[in-house]
Amino acid sequence: MFAAGLLAVIVALALAVARALRGPTTFDRLIAANSIGVGAILVLALFGFLTDRPEFLDIGLTYALLNIVGTFAVLKFFRYGALGHEGIEEEGG
Amino acid sequence: MMIELLKDALGWVLIGGGGIFVVIGAIGLNRMPDVFTRMQATSVGDTFGAGLMIVGMIVQAGFSLVAAKLLFILLFLWFTGPVATHALARAALIAGVKPVLAPDSPVAPDLDDTAKGGSS
Repeated sequence: MFAAGLLAVIVALALAVARALRGPTTFDRLIAANSIGVGAILVLALFGFLTDRPEFLDIGLTYALLNIVGTFAVLKFFRYGALGHEGIEEEGG
Repeated sequence: MMIELLKDALGWVLIGGGGIFVVIGAIGLNRMPDVFTRMQATSVGDTFGAGLMIVGMIVQAGFSLVAAKLLFILLFLWFTGPVATHALARAALIAGVKPVLAPDSPVAPDLDDTAKGGSS
């Protein structure tokens, strides 16, 4: 059952990579990147079950935490052109 | 014996169902016409499909540390997935991406304000 799930997730990952390469706007690529992140977590968990190595779940947990930070970092970069954008209050004063 | 059988059947249903949802979401990501519809297809597919798969793995793991870790992954996915999708949709609207299916839909007033660099 884990092998079947792994196969489904790998198919989904391939489709998401296709969209990430093709996507006309940055946002399409980011949606695909987000989807790839979720797929990677599932692959890690399922592969850990398949080979009886549950320590893979820790990597999956880390990946779940990093995924959203990465998405927001790229979004902020494309909005402001830099990650260390000054706050609006500082501009006025 | 009966419990094992039940666990296996439940695992097949949950992990198989989750796999179907994930694949459907990925197909939607490729087939939908614009950013927002793609976002909807893949976000729903990912959140629900990944949730089903992880619940299936929790059923297989039984009551243990592995199940607790899986539960935490599930919680993170369910909190961060919709938040990331919301931020992406907002950023796409502010950047001027028009929905293909409703090209003259009005942009929300607070979005206009934020686009001009007002207080957010």
